[in-house]
Amino acid sequence: MENNGEKIEIKVCMGTGGIAAGGQEVLDAFEQQLGQAGIAASLDKNCTRHKVGCRGFCSRDVLVDVIIDEHRTTYQYIKPDMVARIVEEHIVGGAPVAEWEVKEDYRSFHDRQVKVVLSDCGEIDPEDIDAYMDGGGYGSARKALTTMTPEEIIEIVKKSGLRGRGGAGFPTGVKWEAARKQPPGLKYIICNADEGDPGAFMDRSVIEGNPHAVLEGMLVAAYAVGAEEGYVYIRAEYPLAVERLKIAIGQARERNLLGRNIMGTGLNFDVKVKLGAGAFVCGEETALIASIEGQRGMPRAKPPFPVASGLWGRPTVINNVETLANIPYIIRRGADWFASLGTERSKGTKVFALTGKVKNTGLIEVPMGMSIKDIIFSIGGGIEGGKKFKAVQMGGPSGGCIPEHLVGARICYENLMKLGAIVGSGGMIVLDEDDCMVNVAKYFLNFTQMESCGKCVPCRVGTKRLYEILDRITSGEGKESDLALLEKLSKDVKSASLCGLGQTAPNPVLSTLQYFRHEYEAHILEKKCPAKACKALITYRIHEEFCRGCGACMRVCPVGAISGRKKTPHTLNAAICIKCGSCFDICKFKAVSKE
Amino acid sequence: MQKTCKHLKAADMEKLADVCKRYGKDHGAVIPILQEIQEIFGYVPEDAVNFIADELEMPRSRFYGVATFYAQFHFRPRGRNVITACSGTACHVKGSENLISILGRELGIPEGQDTSPDMNFTLERVNCVGACSIAPVVIINKVVHGKMNADRITKEVIKLKGADDGKQRGKD
Repeated sequence: MENNGEKIEIKVCMGTGGIAAGGQEVLDAFEQQLGQAGIAASLDKNCTRHKVGCRGFCSRDVLVDVIIDEHRTTYQYIKPDMVARIVEEHIVGGAPVAEWEVKEDYRSFHDRQVKVVLSDCGEIDPEDIDAYMDGGGYGSARKALTTMTPEEIIEIVKKSGLRGRGGAGFPTGVKWEAARKQPPGLKYIICNADEGDPGAFMDRSVIEGNPHAVLEGMLVAAYAVGAEEGYVYIRAEYPLAVERLKIAIGQARERNLLGRNIMGTGLNFDVKVKLGAGAFVCGEETALIASIEGQRGMPRAKPPFPVASGLWGRPTVINNVETLANIPYIIRRGADWFASLGTERSKGTKVFALTGKVKNTGLIEVPMGMSIKDIIFSIGGGIEGGKKFKAVQMGGPSGGCIPEHLVGARICYENLMKLGAIVGSGGMIVLDEDDCMVNVAKYFLNFTQMESCGKCVPCRVGTKRLYEILDRITSGEGKESDLALLEKLSKDVKSASLCGLGQTAPNPVLSTLQYFRHEYEAHILEKKCPAKACKALITYRIHEEFCRGCGACMRVCPVGAISGRKKTPHTLNAAICIKCGSCFDICKFKAVSKE
Repeated sequence: MQKTCKHLKAADMEKLADVCKRYGKDHGAVIPILQEIQEIFGYVPEDAVNFIADELEMPRSRFYGVATFYAQFHFRPRGRNVITACSGTACHVKGSENLISILGRELGIPEGQDTSPDMNFTLERVNCVGACSIAPVVIINKVVHGKMNADRITKEVIKLKGADDGKQRGKD
């Protein structure tokens, strides 16, 4: 086909998920195919191809968009060897390869989402400042710096109702105002990208997909509070996000969007990147500050709050990545628009990392107030493998589990708190009938007892003791008195700990005790794990009547616990078995049982 | 802390001196300095800690105290291949514990340790790499592998061992 100057755009997802699935190889394959002889030079010239950040639906990676004259076709599960056919049939021939296109579930995954923070993620090349600016990027900073006073900006942010997206939900405008009112002098803006909650990757995706939005948010914040220096404190475990952030900072400096006399307004503001070094507690404001100062990342008592005395003793505003990424959109579209999204007290949208035993895993953005049920069953497509939904864990180690009968609850800061969970940074881990709730609580307490900084006794010793009790219960050695002890100790740790880590660490225990007490009781009284997940309480057995002697389990058993001749029923030696479940998973005849 | 390098090599000393020159006596830069030390040696040797602490005019104990606080820093030499298993929540509920025990066994890593005696492999766990939607995740020499299972991880180990021996064993 002759190319008549049609504009062709190819977008390949290259967030961490996309790269893991082979995004770079797919992009290379497009380069190679389009550069080949036989492809009209005019076509090659009119066809732009670039990497984009997270598209959200990471489980379908590599996702590829082919946009011809604004008509978009999205392909899923693309491998490099599939590219030739897409180029030949679709880009040259004009007929999309229907069988590789996304299906109905891709649309249902996106239909109910409202994208604000993620609106440019997955659309623009995160390493190209022009891509961001072409869509209006840095226009909000220009508008703020050149036409508004700091007080007017703070008023807009307050009126929008934006609350901190890192978990606690403190009103952002109020925080800015408090820092503004401090005597003039050196002030700091810190972007908290120390996304330590296991099961959460919103901040990573935002920085990988659209780092300039975060920088623009920081710039507006700096102008509003009168800060000249900024830091992004980011986890070293996110190498791609760090790389893209550094590229973005470099580009912003070149365009005089960071540095001295920004946009000719006289404002000086620059941003440095500080790499975290693997300490969960550094998500806490005062610990984060200690870490930037080069000390052990231990929290201190508040007040004084960081807005009065923070980094190096100076007034400091610490905002989460997602909070800052909202700012450009609020300035651009107005406080009323933002406040029209969400519920009465929780405004705007929230990004969640939807993972676990749900069909459609990925990154989603929904208006506050959407029900948990809608998220899991409409967007998430329900539970994978036809299993039964049990609970959803929200808020990581500081949060709790919401059981099936409360899944109609609407998402907002107050609601979730009442139910024993929190919005938190936005991790939603869906659990099914195979997940043991005592084991889930144990998992989180193991996490917090390891991450406790050790400064205060209730947290350092209390989380350790809580973990030991849970470990005892899941090993079948729990005592009847353990439940009362768990409750008492949890309350003590909550009320007596110094910082948020200790104050919320018992939440996973309390919420599972509240909603799944029967599972605890089954472990203690009957020495049974109802979900058949706790290794000490289960045994595997091969049922002769179903076993065909195919040998699959024998081959997969890592310790040689299974024996038997071909085509005769096999036997499993329980004394050697390490209960890894490999035989159970591989048997096609359901001859292996777990009891 | 195990004494593993009594004397630092001249080339490494030069690199350390360069680090000192760039950071001066900035006590706020302890963490980036430690990150650079680890970049040079693959771990944080005791001699390097002592050398830099003295240069910074900071008590060695304080410098070392910062180093041990953060999980990122290692105090023993690491294997030639580093395998990082994610044990975040999503990976946990999708069976990461099983993968970790398979990895430990297949890579020949002694109980309670993280590196094989022949220094070929280090197996470490990390709280969350933020790739939860493709859980469970294992990172092999900085390459992220998603949606792992017992079968795929065993194949990856065979590949690794083959590559490490300089010859391809087993089939992929």
